[in-house]
Amino acid sequence: MAGLTIDRRGFMAVCLAGSGGLALGFPLFAPGEALAAGTAFRPNAILAIGNDGAITATVPYAEMGQGAMTSIAMLVAEELEVTPGAVRTMLAPGDNRLYAHPVLGEQITGGSASLRGSWGPIRKAAAAARVMLIEAAARQWRVNAGDCALEDGQVVHLPSKRRASFGALALAASTMPVPSDPPVRTSGFRVIGTSAPRVDAAAKVDGSALFGLDVRLPGMVYAAVQACPVIGGKLGSVDAKPALAVSGVTQLVTLSNAVAVVGRHTGAARKGLAMIEPHWEGGSSTLSTADLVSKADAALDRKGATAYAKGDVAKAFAEAAGRFEADYRMPMLAHAAMEPLNCTVEVRDGACEIWVGSQVPGRARIEVAKALGLGEDRVKVNSYLIGGGFGRRLQSEWIVQAAMIARQVKGPVKVVWSREEDTRQDAYRYHNHSRVKVALDAQGHPVAFDHRIVAPPIMLWFLPSLLWKDGVDIDATNAASGPYEFPNLLVDYVRDDPPDGLLVGNWRGVGETRNGFVVETVMDQLAAKAGADPVDYRRRLLPPHSRIRALLDRLAAESRWGSPLPPGTTRGIAIQSGFGSHMGLVAQVRMADGKVRVERMTAVIDCGIAVNPNVVKQQIEGGLLFGLTATLYSNITIRDGRVVESNFHDNPVVRMVNTPKIDVIIIDSKEEPGGVGEPGTSIVAPAIVNAVFAATGKPLHQLPLPPSMVERV
Amino acid sequence: MEDAVKLKVNDKIHEIDAEPDTPLLWVLRDIVGLTGTKFGCGAALCGACTVHVDHEPRRSCVLPVSAVGNANVLTIEGVGATPIGKAVQDAWLQTEVVQCGYCQTGQIMQAVALLTANPAPDDGAIDRAMSGNICRCGTYPRIRAAIHAAAKQGVA
Repeated sequence: MAGLTIDRRGFMAVCLAGSGGLALGFPLFAPGEALAAGTAFRPNAILAIGNDGAITATVPYAEMGQGAMTSIAMLVAEELEVTPGAVRTMLAPGDNRLYAHPVLGEQITGGSASLRGSWGPIRKAAAAARVMLIEAAARQWRVNAGDCALEDGQVVHLPSKRRASFGALALAASTMPVPSDPPVRTSGFRVIGTSAPRVDAAAKVDGSALFGLDVRLPGMVYAAVQACPVIGGKLGSVDAKPALAVSGVTQLVTLSNAVAVVGRHTGAARKGLAMIEPHWEGGSSTLSTADLVSKADAALDRKGATAYAKGDVAKAFAEAAGRFEADYRMPMLAHAAMEPLNCTVEVRDGACEIWVGSQVPGRARIEVAKALGLGEDRVKVNSYLIGGGFGRRLQSEWIVQAAMIARQVKGPVKVVWSREEDTRQDAYRYHNHSRVKVALDAQGHPVAFDHRIVAPPIMLWFLPSLLWKDGVDIDATNAASGPYEFPNLLVDYVRDDPPDGLLVGNWRGVGETRNGFVVETVMDQLAAKAGADPVDYRRRLLPPHSRIRALLDRLAAESRWGSPLPPGTTRGIAIQSGFGSHMGLVAQVRMADGKVRVERMTAVIDCGIAVNPNVVKQQIEGGLLFGLTATLYSNITIRDGRVVESNFHDNPVVRMVNTPKIDVIIIDSKEEPGGVGEPGTSIVAPAIVNAVFAATGKPLHQLPLPPSMVERV
Repeated sequence: MEDAVKLKVNDKIHEIDAEPDTPLLWVLRDIVGLTGTKFGCGAALCGACTVHVDHEPRRSCVLPVSAVGNANVLTIEGVGATPIGKAVQDAWLQTEVVQCGYCQTGQIMQAVALLTANPAPDDGAIDRAMSGNICRCGTYPRIRAAIHAAAKQGVA
């Protein structure tokens, strides 16, 4: 990124090592050698201070709007006593060894975990730098380090007021011993907790910000690609002539299941691609959505692997005064990020260089190396801003595809997917079904909660070491009983694999999104059955003095729960604990002529310390609207083995005109920061569906809302 | 072979070597080298590619470069030099609109066109003018607030 390149002179480096967290170690190289050799700059340095005083933080995570660059600049600024704007940030290249998330174990940006991964290690890294700068100054001045402090990019000896800049001290500081456990500020924050301006905003407003799509390299050509539209099919044959006849088209490239047209600009490549009629072979050409729904329905009747068990559910049901049962169905979803997938690759001299925005750049590097038969050290992944991730870029098959194309092209090639390709070749959120049975006592309160989850084994493929255990997908079964305390509980997981060739993956909000919808709408149906108010009904099932119960009370107050509403208007509530945070939403809905209009959303979040309250609010606002789109519209369907939807006309999204009024309240907290990227999305569907239930008295057990209830904009 | 097309972008003339039916978007991005204008849908459904052609907002992904003629194309790279453009960009920063930021250049171009035509739009006017521009990060409420803030500056 322009302006973000590191001055390679006089670094002081502090290292954040691989899995397991912080390894401060020692300065990783002698600064003079770093300059001479160039490569001596060990890329696991999170923090670098040049002898010009420039502070550069390497951001190990993807920046896809969630504010990773800003929060890391803030954490560094807090410890170095500078403003966040004084910390330059650069996105780390793909390297699983050097930039692994301390919990996830790989360089992964997902699970709303960026800040949670940074909170300890980044502050420690910066604190170590602070200690070493002070030590360097103290030794030079022959004074007590305890009498020195940081101020405005300088070390100050407090008694004498003597000062030295970070830049002047950088070389000396790099030879100081690295403290093993430097103290970090735990209270009296100056930067943390402020709505410091986003460090990436200016470039995004003047058009200079560089997303993957914006990479420009000398000699670069452009490719438009189409993969086999039939799920699991292959490329049979293709006549290249019509494409090559297009002015500006230079080449047609075939892969086993795709064809790409290469040209001097994307316009020529796209036109060339439109001219050809590839012959596709094989695949599941009769498959339809109805088949997948039936298969998931059948899975509801099978007993699954036990995810959670407590008490004696069978006994509780046998003795129950009443019972509730419902089956839930959730559709396939596309991510539909604004930046269509794209990747620039050059394969040359037994090496491969990639320019891309990825949520898993380290993994992409490994996958490309494997596909090209290269050593991992021969593949370099340069990271760029991402125009919306939402989980799509946790997969790398599109990066491998670009590399396989690039292998056949001279010079760097930028492979750009069309919106249609992006929609039809997504790594979809797959069909998810649930069966919930609740045993009730005489007052209608639950004594046993039995939740069967039918879902694809995403975590078996994505992160088995951490999130797949004994046949259970830990993510799909997460939050399967909500934040509630049930005396008897059974959650079982039935694995439902998608058909061969249909790629499925993570989608913003992951397991909490599927389960939040189920559990929270069940709650309102139980409350209705018991004749109870939804807030009161939930409240007695929550642990006393818990954060979630305090949140529920705050939400009820902020939303003026129970206060009169105009005719035809109702409220619905949902709460959730997930991603290290607690979240609640009241949606206000107006029903007119059978159509649902969401008028207002009042959200309360307890995310522990809000490092940047503005960014927290942004994430919640955005998460809510992302979830609103899914609630109102989203339903990816398959007919004749092909994904039907293709672009924003048939896979519509919320637009400004149907955006409700949104209020976000952040609860003051001194707890460790929790995630904020996904809770907003998870909470929307149940709150809206509960509001609709309050209006109609008819429960809805599937998403999206029935098309007859939704106005298309 | 291809026609050499003369194209005026941000008041500067470029000689373009592309077929006349090439969408303006790709000429701007891949040939002129101005990448602030984004590709989102290729079908005038999302507004990410919005530029001004002689002060009118146009979706450059479906506009053939030949249709521009002698008109000036104003892009995000040039809009900051106009008073309304500057006010809108400032308002975007003050309101902390951006998240991923990908659609924002198109949003800004659309907002500048709105404020040029209507210096004091109400919510309804803003909604009508801006609802062709999609943002998947959900920045709509802030975009609306930023447009009001820019309007208050009174530069329009």
